[in-house]
Amino acid sequence: MMNAALAPAVKITGLEKSYGAYKVLHSISLSANQGEVVSILGASGSGKSTLLRCINMLEVPDAGEISIHGESYRLTQRSGFAPRAADPKQLLRLRSQATMVFQSFNLWSHLTILENLIEAPVHVQKRNRAECVAEAEALLERVGIADKRNFYPAHLSGGQQQRAAIARALAMRPKIMLFDEPTSALDPELVAEVLKVMRDLAAEGRTMLVVTHEMGFARDVSSRVLFLHKGLIEEDDRPEQVFSNPKSERFRQFISKHNA
Amino acid sequence: MIDLPFIYDAFVQLCSGIPLTLQLMAVSVASGAVLAIALAAMRLSSWPPLDLLARIYIFIFRGTPLLVQLYLIYYGLSQFPELRKTFLWPFLREAYWCAAFALALNTAAYSAEIIRGGVLSVPAGQIEAARAYGMSGLTLIRRIIAPQALRQMLPGYSNEVILMVKSTALASTITMMEVTGLAAKLISATYRPVEIFIAAGAIYLLLNFIVSRLFKLFEYRLSAAQRQPIYRRAAGENA
Repeated sequence: MMNAALAPAVKITGLEKSYGAYKVLHSISLSANQGEVVSILGASGSGKSTLLRCINMLEVPDAGEISIHGESYRLTQRSGFAPRAADPKQLLRLRSQATMVFQSFNLWSHLTILENLIEAPVHVQKRNRAECVAEAEALLERVGIADKRNFYPAHLSGGQQQRAAIARALAMRPKIMLFDEPTSALDPELVAEVLKVMRDLAAEGRTMLVVTHEMGFARDVSSRVLFLHKGLIEEDDRPEQVFSNPKSERFRQFISKHNA
Repeated sequence: MIDLPFIYDAFVQLCSGIPLTLQLMAVSVASGAVLAIALAAMRLSSWPPLDLLARIYIFIFRGTPLLVQLYLIYYGLSQFPELRKTFLWPFLREAYWCAAFALALNTAAYSAEIIRGGVLSVPAGQIEAARAYGMSGLTLIRRIIAPQALRQMLPGYSNEVILMVKSTALASTITMMEVTGLAAKLISATYRPVEIFIAAGAIYLLLNFIVSRLFKLFEYRLSAAQRQPIYRRAAGENA
């Protein structure tokens, strides 16, 4: 195993994924270094969400290798069955290093906001409860919803729920954060408050992989932009390069549609 | 005219059947719930033979009258000499256990579907989030699925328990002296069915009133997440 300090935060080689006969990802390879903010763009159906979901094994790839800070997911496959994670302990460890923020928040509706934040740290990571509560309160303060800590998710606006979900992801003390279209389910006037939290996270040097339709975020905040089309990476460069001088005809069409 | 003092007398006499009625209900609801959890797990299993087995069980026990099931167990099982040699026989020769057994098997079929509905009502995204945050197996069930499923299934399950309170009346047909059994005995002694059945009906009404109140209380306690936030300054919460 590579030295974790030198290894890329995320390294993907030869990733393939199909749903039945439909091939979503064709041999994707990419690596992201610590502190990079990678925006993943693409039309719907391009495979960008599937790519992100493979990184914490919500989708198990058919082929290829994924490693988090130098540690590769161990997969196993019985003939005739879909591949699956071979080592539950490793799966748990890697999943808590790369936490996911979902498009539809997916906060646990029977728990208060504070309870949502401490749930996995206490019951999965087995950390001390009082310490988790103190940390969770600081995180809620940071995303600006400390006053909502005893509310249930149903009584928060979409933007507040997504900020709570980001705080829940941070409460795991992850090394990498995965965002799956975090603003796509929000009313336009609530998008800004979520993007502000994400900009702050990027500014403090967190490693982030963000599937998004927010061109402004991709252009201004990310250090790298990927463009996926039909399961292949068509652009992979610094944002100023990609936006001002795109190589892919598909990407030109894509941004002209988004700017229109 | 209706003889109120006589109804009152009958009521007091029938009350001595309440412990047996409640016992039959409690034993069958408790053991039925355990069986129902197993059946629901089978129904939700991704292995088709398990699902099929549970489907067949539910089809049979929901599709035939409880009275027929009760008679088959009480009169039918003793026809098999092999059964008389097993450890089950000390139970199955008793009318009490036959009644409890039939009620439990019957309620398990209905409750399994109620539990399955509750589990399926938990939003898939929340289960996915739990998996993404490292939960699986028992932790996932105990922390995320069960609390939400329980809340969803309570209204349906309270119906089932109320039905069970009333179904215990069928045990009177196999010699059990619970409330209805005592009523029948009293009627054969007095020939006054109207007053006595009014008294018996009142007892079931009372029992089910208590059962439905208990469920309502339980439902209230589990539904904090659905209620509007209450500003509790006295408690020092700035919620």
